[in-house]
Amino acid sequence: MTDISQLSEAEIIRSARRSEKRFALLGLSVLSLTMLVLLTLIIDFMVDGLGRIDYDFLTSFPSRRPNDAGILSAWVGSALVMIVTAALAVPLGVAAGLYLEEYAPKNLITNLIEINVTNLAGVPSIIYGLLALGLFIQMFGLGQTIFVAGLTLALLILPIIIVATREAVRSIPQEVREAAFALGADKWQTVGGYILPAARPGILTGAIVGMSRAIGETAPIITIGALTFIAFLPPSPVGPEFPFINFDWLGSPFTVMPIQMFNWVSRPQAGFHVNAAATGLILLAMTLLMNAGAIWLRYKLRRAMR
Amino acid sequence: MKTITMAGTLALLAVSGAFHAASAQAVVQADGSSTVFPVTEAMAEEFQKANPNIKVTVGLSGTGGGFKKFCRGETDISNASRPITAAEQKACKEAGVEYIELPVALDALTVIVHPSNDWASEMTVAELKTIWQPEAQGKITNWKQVRSSFPDKPLVLYGAGVDSGTYDYFTAAIVGKEHSSRGDFTASEDDNVLVQGVAGDPNALGFFGLAYFEENADKLKAVKIKLNDAAPAIEPSVENARTGKYQPLSRPIFIYVSKKAAEAKPEVAKFVEFYQDPKHAVELIKEVGYVPLPEAALKAFQERFAKREIGTGFTGSKVGVSVEDLLKEKLVY
Repeated sequence: MTDISQLSEAEIIRSARRSEKRFALLGLSVLSLTMLVLLTLIIDFMVDGLGRIDYDFLTSFPSRRPNDAGILSAWVGSALVMIVTAALAVPLGVAAGLYLEEYAPKNLITNLIEINVTNLAGVPSIIYGLLALGLFIQMFGLGQTIFVAGLTLALLILPIIIVATREAVRSIPQEVREAAFALGADKWQTVGGYILPAARPGILTGAIVGMSRAIGETAPIITIGALTFIAFLPPSPVGPEFPFINFDWLGSPFTVMPIQMFNWVSRPQAGFHVNAAATGLILLAMTLLMNAGAIWLRYKLRRAMR
Repeated sequence: MKTITMAGTLALLAVSGAFHAASAQAVVQADGSSTVFPVTEAMAEEFQKANPNIKVTVGLSGTGGGFKKFCRGETDISNASRPITAAEQKACKEAGVEYIELPVALDALTVIVHPSNDWASEMTVAELKTIWQPEAQGKITNWKQVRSSFPDKPLVLYGAGVDSGTYDYFTAAIVGKEHSSRGDFTASEDDNVLVQGVAGDPNALGFFGLAYFEENADKLKAVKIKLNDAAPAIEPSVENARTGKYQPLSRPIFIYVSKKAAEAKPEVAKFVEFYQDPKHAVELIKEVGYVPLPEAALKAFQERFAKREIGTGFTGSKVGVSVEDLLKEKLVY
C-alpha cells in the first residue's frame, strides 16, 4: 500500500481516476458478457427456428408429424392464462402495496408482513406449484384449468407487484400528500387522486416485470398438471348471444408455450427440435413485446402527468 | 379507482365462471408416461379428425405421476411405460378405481455405441450385466474388462434417468433386479442428451428406446443382443421385436383405462376401441417409432377391453416373456 499522505494531489486524483476507469471497464465487460449470452441465445434460436415460423405454425394444433405441428393451443393458452394472472395479481398487489405503505400502522406485525412479502418474491416457483396442487386442485377440487393456472401464477407474481407498488408510492414526495391535505382532501381522495396516478409508472413496471416472469414459467404449471397435447381451443370468451361474453374458458383444460417447448425438446425427431426453437423465439418476442408496451405506456403516463 | 373496481368484479365473475367448468363437453382425459405419449398423441390426433365433436387431452406427468392422478379418479386413461406397481394398485383399490390393463405396443430398448466402435457389434446379456451391475461401480472402467478381445479403451456409460420406466426395465432385464445398477454413469431423463453423449464419444455405450436410435441412425450404432453365448445375435428392429426374437430388451408399453370411465363415458370407450383397432393402430404405432403388437395379441386385448376385464397380470417388470405369454397371466385386482 502506498501511503496516501506522501502523494501529491495530482497523483491522488490520477489514482482515483484510474480506479474509476477500472470499475467502468469491469462493469462494461460484465454487461457485454450478459448481452453476448442473450444475443447468442437469440441468434441460436433464430438459426434453428426462424424458418419454421409461418402462418400455419401459429394456427395449427400439435401433431405427431413435426411439419404439421403448430402452437395454436399453446399461445392461446398462454395469452388466456396471462389475462387471468393480470386480472387477479394487479388489483390485489396494488391494493396490498398501497395499504402497507399508506394505511398500515408502523408496528411489529406490519414489519413482519413486509419482510415476509419481500422474502416471498424469492421463493422458487415450484413451491407455488406445489401449493396450488395441494390447495386449489386437491383440497378445493378446482381441476387443471386456465383459472387455476392464472391463480397460481398470480400468487407467484403478487410479491413482485406489492414490492414495486410500495417502492413507487414511497418515491412520491411527502409534499404531494401535504398539499392535498391542505386543500381539504381526505385520505382516500389523496390516495386515489394524487398518490396512485403519480405512482402509476412504477406500478406498471412492476406489473410487467411480474407478467414477463409468469409467461415463461414452466415448473408450477407442470406441477398443477397442464396438458401437453390439446387439439382444441377453450370456448370463446365472446359469444353471439346475450350477454356476449362468457367465462366458460376459465374452466377449460389448456397448455402453454413453455410446456409445448419442453415436450418437443425431448422428442426423438429433429423436426420437433426445430419446432421447439421456433416456439422459444415466439415466447421471447411476446416477452419483449410486453416489455416494450410497458415502456411505451410509462412514457405516455409520465408525459400526461406533466 | 375505477380500474380496480372493474378488475375486482372481473375476478369475482372469473371465480363463478370456473365453477361451472367444462363438464358439458365430451372430453377424454389421458395422462402419464412420456414414452407412451407419442403413441397416445398420434391416436388422439387421428381420433379427433374422425370424431370432431369429441375432445382428447394428453398430459405428460410421467408413469408414476400419471397413476397418482388416475387413482384419484382425475383421468380416464393412464399412459404407462411399466406395469402398475403394488403401491399404485393399493392406491387405486382404496379409491375404488378399477382399471383395465391394455398393452398397446412394444418398445425395443436399444444398446448403442459410437459408429466408429468396430469391436462391440454384438454383446451377450451376461456381458451387459458385467458392465451395469452395482458391483461394477468404479471397477469395470475399461472395454477390455468386458471381453478379453475388446481393446484397451476406457468405458464411458450413458443411461436413462433412474426415475424412468426405461431404467427400471433395463435393470430388470440385464442386471436381474429392478432399479438396481451402478451409479457412475451419465443419467438423463432426456434421451436426446444421451444421443449427443454417445454420438460424441468413441468409447461410449448407452441405452434408450428404439425410436431415438432410428431417428439418429446416422450418428449411432446399435449393438446386436445375444440372450446367451449359444443364442444368435439379434438386431434391434421393429420386426424382431414384433416377432418376439429380440429378447430380453423388448418391453410392452401400456394404457390403463378406468372401468368406470369406460362405462359412464361413451367417448372413452370409443377412443380406446379406436386405439386398439388394428386398421390404423399398426400404421400409427410404426410411424411414431414403436413396435405394433402381433395380430393375435391385439385381438386378445381388444377382447379384454370389450369384456371390461379388470386387474393386472404383473408383479413388477417381467422380463423375457412374449406378449402371448402375458395373455396367459391371471389378472389380479
